[in-house]
Amino acid sequence: MAAIESASSAGAHPALDRAARRQRLVTAWLLLGLAVFIAVVFGTGVTGSATFRLTLPRDAVPLPNLVVPAAPFIYVVAGILAFFGVRQFLRGGARWSSLFLGIGLLLAVAAFLVWAADGKSFSLTGMLESTVVRAVPIALGGLAGVLSERVAVVNIGIEGMLLAGAFTGAVVGSLAGGVIGIAGAMLVGGLFGFILGALVITYRVDQIIAGVAINLFVLGMTSYLSSQVLTEYRELNNAPVFRAWAIPFLSDIPVLGPVLFRQNLFVYGAVIMVIIATYYLFHTRAGLRARAVGEHPEAADTLGINVYRVRYINVTIAGMVAGFGGAWFTLGSVGRFDEGMTGGRGFIGLAAMIFGRWHPVGALMAALVFGFADSLQQKLAILQTPIPSEFLAMAPYIATIILVAGLIGRARAPAADGKPYIKE
Amino acid sequence: MSGPDEKPAGAGLGDEILKRVVVRRFDVQDIVLVPILSVVIALILGALTMLATGVGFETIGRSFVALFTGSLGSLSALSETLTAATPLILCGLGLALGFRAGLFNIGAEGQLILGGIAAVAVGFMLKGLPAIIHIPLALLAGMVAGALWASIAGWLKAATGAHEVITTIMLNFIAFRLTDYLLRNPPIQKEGRSDPISESVLESAQLPKLLAALDPSYRLHLGFLIALLAVAVVYWVLFRSTIGFEFRASGANPEAARYAGMRSGWIIVLVMACAGALAGLAGANQVLGVLGRASPNFSAGIGFDAIAVALLGRSHPVGVLLAGLLFGALQAGGRQMQVAAGVSIDLIAIIQALIIVFIAAPMLVRTIVPWAFRAGSGARSGAR
Repeated sequence: MAAIESASSAGAHPALDRAARRQRLVTAWLLLGLAVFIAVVFGTGVTGSATFRLTLPRDAVPLPNLVVPAAPFIYVVAGILAFFGVRQFLRGGARWSSLFLGIGLLLAVAAFLVWAADGKSFSLTGMLESTVVRAVPIALGGLAGVLSERVAVVNIGIEGMLLAGAFTGAVVGSLAGGVIGIAGAMLVGGLFGFILGALVITYRVDQIIAGVAINLFVLGMTSYLSSQVLTEYRELNNAPVFRAWAIPFLSDIPVLGPVLFRQNLFVYGAVIMVIIATYYLFHTRAGLRARAVGEHPEAADTLGINVYRVRYINVTIAGMVAGFGGAWFTLGSVGRFDEGMTGGRGFIGLAAMIFGRWHPVGALMAALVFGFADSLQQKLAILQTPIPSEFLAMAPYIATIILVAGLIGRARAPAADGKPYIKE
Repeated sequence: MSGPDEKPAGAGLGDEILKRVVVRRFDVQDIVLVPILSVVIALILGALTMLATGVGFETIGRSFVALFTGSLGSLSALSETLTAATPLILCGLGLALGFRAGLFNIGAEGQLILGGIAAVAVGFMLKGLPAIIHIPLALLAGMVAGALWASIAGWLKAATGAHEVITTIMLNFIAFRLTDYLLRNPPIQKEGRSDPISESVLESAQLPKLLAALDPSYRLHLGFLIALLAVAVVYWVLFRSTIGFEFRASGANPEAARYAGMRSGWIIVLVMACAGALAGLAGANQVLGVLGRASPNFSAGIGFDAIAVALLGRSHPVGVLLAGLLFGALQAGGRQMQVAAGVSIDLIAIIQALIIVFIAAPMLVRTIVPWAFRAGSGARSGAR
């Protein structure tokens, strides 16, 4: 018994140990590097203090501005990061390292903001509000990814489904009003989800090829319809936009109120969908079956679960979620469709899914981080910092690569992800 | 269903892709009939799309005539077809190489863009060189840039197991943003311009026009001959060289390749670098031969269309050549269609996407036209 154990541990553990040690070292170096970078680059240039405006013009309870003396704050942050880094080197158990890394990154972002806003005034609440708005399509795209990858169907086609939802939302919304527009967008999104299902389940097309084909098809189709039909019948591309709807009392809370409770239908819808999806996947019988199909389809089949049907249903629902997210671009934002207007949000949604470790809530959180980077990029142009906004825009993609490579933490996909199941 | 070529479910994504993409046995139906039927069905569905959007029969007829005359109808049209086919062939060859080695590289677009930018940089910065040195240098710069960019994904896969589909998608977006930045800032941005556009490539780095003697408006350039050369080289590498055998072996069965002593990590990096070099060459070819400078979206989705080209060509160099020519013809004809019949060129994108679907789903083609497969395949495919 002992011999077997030692033999098996000799086979598996050194690799795991090495990976853990590498993660620890990478985390430590990252924290130390950030500390040095912040102290040298941010610390030397600042002179005054940063002013953060916490209240928006229409807020019920006005708050005073938050004034942060820039240089002391930046040096304190650098000190804390250096402490975290050294601690990681000396005794970095893998247990807390991601927590310390998270806090460290948060502090680094705060130091960056203070540096960028040094000597200027900056609306913090306004930025957080736009963070939430920009996170919506990413979160819904990520949720669509979670729902289909949990049943082991890789969904590269989210981008196309978002675009299809955006187009349908604009056209149906123009004809029959916003609510029907959303219904139409979800229907068409679901249709593309079903098509993806049919291609990969029934016709056994490779999942990535099918996703790529759906993206190309939807991009071609919506661009064609847009230039062939919408330019001629402009009344088809003039949809109503859902206005923000303030939740009574909650929306009067300072800072949190305007950020979370004075938003439009899509923000609330995204949160509700994430809650429902979490409950469905982890607390219902159907969700357990779906996850079983994603982890071990043979075993699920043996237990009498219809693998194909579960996959069809989940991928179709994923398409509907993506369709709803797509409607945000038109019905929740500008009210008109433009060619290729999703601009890669579906792929960021895919990244959010990986960051969120294939969990709906995780995907939502990751989407908020990406939405933050997105809105920060917009605001930086106003603040005129020396860092080009393009480099900030790269951050989510670089972070995803680092995560997928397992340099810091490891995201694990459902075991059967991407593999077709062929019934014996 | 457990035939001899069925692999266990644990065989991995790469194998599954490979099974679809690479034909091992000679099968006339799969190699000849399915692609031809796919194109025909996609064209018919394209016509139905036009019909559904209120385009009259007469216009549909006119647009198909324009599709034909714009691609093959005259020497000028043929020149346009070959010009459009050139980057697709180059890029498709790179992707085919990846498919053969079991790597699904979605990042051709980013590799192509960075290759193009590097070629532009060399093309306008080095002054006073003769064309015979300047052109190869600029092409080489494009290849190196593409190769380096692609080998990031290769290295990540080899060193950490990060899936190349995700990393290449992300590298694409990073490349887009990087290009945005480079085109808006010196030294790449054209002096005195505020919009994102690069300096123009010097005369000495421009690829010579092949048919300039007949009519200077014919755009066919040296790049097409380079693409033909690349087809031959890739064919030789894949099927006649040791390293090509290692590429194919590690694609067909990574475990066996490892047991045979092949250095799988090194092969992955090398394959990605070769694929990136070809994509970068395609980008260099566009800026040095057609556009003369780089601007946003100068890649025009070639890197994605090339996925379709590689699939349609069954990852065989000659197949890629033929598929690239077909897609080039669709592009050139599509432009004519837009001018002559007023039908948006986006229709071509729909047709191309449908072609991918049908190529990747032979079962779907068999379901739509079962009668084409019932009879002896040789006679049928010959008749078409």
